[in-house]
Amino acid sequence: MEMFDLTIIWAGIIGFGLMMYVLMDGFDLGLGILYPFAPDEDARDVMMNSVAPVWDGNETWLVLAGAGLLGAFPLVYSVFLPALYIGVFLMLAGLIFRGVAFEFRFKSRRNRRWWNRAFCWGSGVAAFAQGAVVGAYIQGFHVENFAFAGGAFDWLTPFSVLTGFGLMAGYALLGATWLILKSEGHIQEWAYRITPLLLALVLGVFGIISIWTPFVNPVVWERWFGHLQLIWVFPALALLSAFMVYRSVKRRDEGIPFVATIGIYVFTYLGLIVSKWPIIVPPNYTLWDAASAPESQLFLLIGVLFVIPIILTYTAWTYWVFRGKVRVGEGYH
Amino acid sequence: MELDPLVLSRMQFAFVVSFHAIFPVFTIGLASYIALLHGLFFKTNNPAWDRLALFWTKVFAVVFGMGVVSGIVMSFQFGTNWSNFSQAASNFLGPVLSYEVVTAFFLEAAFLGVLLFGRGKVPQGVHLFAAIMVAIGTFISSFWILSANSWMHTPAGVELIDYRFHVVSWTEAIFNPSFPYRFAHMAMASFLTGGFVVAGVSAWFLLRGRDPEANRRALSMCLWLLLFLAPAQAVVGDFHGLNTLEHQPAKVAAMEGHWETSGNVPLLLFAIPDQEAQTNRFEIGIPNLASLILTHSTDGVIQGLNEFAPEEQPPVWIVFWAFRVMVGIGLLMIATALIGLLLRRKGKFHQHTGFLKTLVYMIPMPFVAVLAGWIVTESGRAPWLVYGMMAHAEGVTPSLTGPMALFTLVGYVLVYAVVFYAGIYYLTRVVRNGMLPNEERETAGDNFRRPMRPLSATETPFDDDVDPVRN
Repeated sequence: MEMFDLTIIWAGIIGFGLMMYVLMDGFDLGLGILYPFAPDEDARDVMMNSVAPVWDGNETWLVLAGAGLLGAFPLVYSVFLPALYIGVFLMLAGLIFRGVAFEFRFKSRRNRRWWNRAFCWGSGVAAFAQGAVVGAYIQGFHVENFAFAGGAFDWLTPFSVLTGFGLMAGYALLGATWLILKSEGHIQEWAYRITPLLLALVLGVFGIISIWTPFVNPVVWERWFGHLQLIWVFPALALLSAFMVYRSVKRRDEGIPFVATIGIYVFTYLGLIVSKWPIIVPPNYTLWDAASAPESQLFLLIGVLFVIPIILTYTAWTYWVFRGKVRVGEGYH
Repeated sequence: MELDPLVLSRMQFAFVVSFHAIFPVFTIGLASYIALLHGLFFKTNNPAWDRLALFWTKVFAVVFGMGVVSGIVMSFQFGTNWSNFSQAASNFLGPVLSYEVVTAFFLEAAFLGVLLFGRGKVPQGVHLFAAIMVAIGTFISSFWILSANSWMHTPAGVELIDYRFHVVSWTEAIFNPSFPYRFAHMAMASFLTGGFVVAGVSAWFLLRGRDPEANRRALSMCLWLLLFLAPAQAVVGDFHGLNTLEHQPAKVAAMEGHWETSGNVPLLLFAIPDQEAQTNRFEIGIPNLASLILTHSTDGVIQGLNEFAPEEQPPVWIVFWAFRVMVGIGLLMIATALIGLLLRRKGKFHQHTGFLKTLVYMIPMPFVAVLAGWIVTESGRAPWLVYGMMAHAEGVTPSLTGPMALFTLVGYVLVYAVVFYAGIYYLTRVVRNGMLPNEERETAGDNFRRPMRPLSATETPFDDDVDPVRN
């Protein structure tokens, strides 16, 4: 066991799982956020149909990351969840309403507008709560004796509200570029029109966060303005991705806007990780402090290494089966 | 009034876990039944089995979906409300609960899709195989959950160092002393639940003359199953009780309303336990019977609650009465199965209106019995979270305040009320629409049928307005 540091392997697995979750559930939550602004009911049908076969598979990654945290990094689980108590409830309520709306909206006519509302509010609340979690993570937690010791609304600060709206805008951008890929005609045209606006919003919020973060957190300040110059490559690549989104929308490319938006996420995510590494429960606890016993990590690793390839195959297969455009008045067959 | 976060957290956990439990307890039994129907169709090629399999798979899809939704909430409860417990027990509970997630995903990814949407698209043998694998998968899932729960009742294979459990032996921890009994008791409860729901719904169809051939077969099969399972469950329950007597004597004393250690203990049929006075205010019982059941001798001595300090006693009133509700329903089940046998000998179990109506009214009973049983075992563990090692008060989240806990408790009640009202309402529509010839069935329209989603396996519309696209 000396050959491998199980804690590093687990950090990789959970980091990967969370990234998959943010990207994949991101675009379908984003469509929920854009829902009330859609030009017509046809567009709403197409938006929902474009994610209906995949959304619950997307949510799989959240549950896997959550269960993995309890198994491999229990301190994260037992500090983040109490610290974000109200936020976690709002996120779960949002995800439940959104999930149920997916199922019943299509089977419903008379009650359809209620399911529309559940879909849009559920998605928005869940996205905001997730963004606020990121903000709370950057701020850090008041931990005493391996337990959260702060108040119910410590997490809710102007900074975390900003990151909450930031992630809502980011998810909306993912949703809009996904819609470019999956739709055509006036719906695609609408998606092309809103993408630059959302991109500007995202860049604005990310800009404020990037300037604000080093002031919120001295460790981050040291990391970015200290000796480690190489990390500036991540924001540079994120900006390059943003430029690609803008240019590809101008040229009316269909696939590149979505791929480039993923680029923005991946490089921002990596930037966040290198800002904090190896602190996992800020301000004091590292990955190794938060880890469970090595034999527990190993026991669980066996099962997870078995199931992840299966989930990936299943996911790839589902996306392959449902590839191509979604048209008005036509679901999947 | 002082809002106690501990009491509110326990209420919240009891609420969300009860709401969650009713779905898996049904799907576990139903999955095996569906696999059996597929097997019978495979072997006999009788289309009646196929019609039944198709209908019950739709019901399965809806209930499974609701189980998944309510299960997501469960996986966060440990962290939000019981963070000290999560932190302390994570070395064991983390991997075990995660293995349940891993199993569920494997099941969903590999076989559920084939079962729900593979009809006519994959060879019949493959479809049967998928049905069997889904049934096995539900058991593996419950294996992990019940192992974790049993460990909290009879902790084994661990050392407690500095408020943290460290696993010394995985085999001893996973297969802890109460696990085999709890697993058997719960597996049979799932079969009984599935059996009574299928019997009740088949009876409902028979009362309306809907597909009598298939439903008569289904009912006949269920009645045979219940005839063996209902009495067998009483025996398994007795073994489980003896195991509890060995490891958690306070729980058994509370179940029996037995305050003073003594021999010749009566089996109380009715009593009003008074915890403050540490006695029963009124009792009617059968002499010596509790001694006989628990020690297999009429003068056998049973430990009373007086051997435990009042603050280490479980809430006797709840445990005592929940136990009687469970056993009472169990006896009702045995009686129902026996009446079925009598009517079968006269050859009219499928025509006797009164019996069929009784079966319809029996549908909710196994769910009530299961919840009552869980209340017995979970309340009976109080004040312990991990029996003898960690109290409820030590496991609760230290930063949690009363108002926070009240907010989420009310919130979950509201969310579940809306979601499960919609779910149950929809499920009754699926059943009302079931086992009809194709031309009489309402559908939500082909345009909105999308594969790969559990609920998409049904085409029943949610509300009365039929889809304008089709009309």
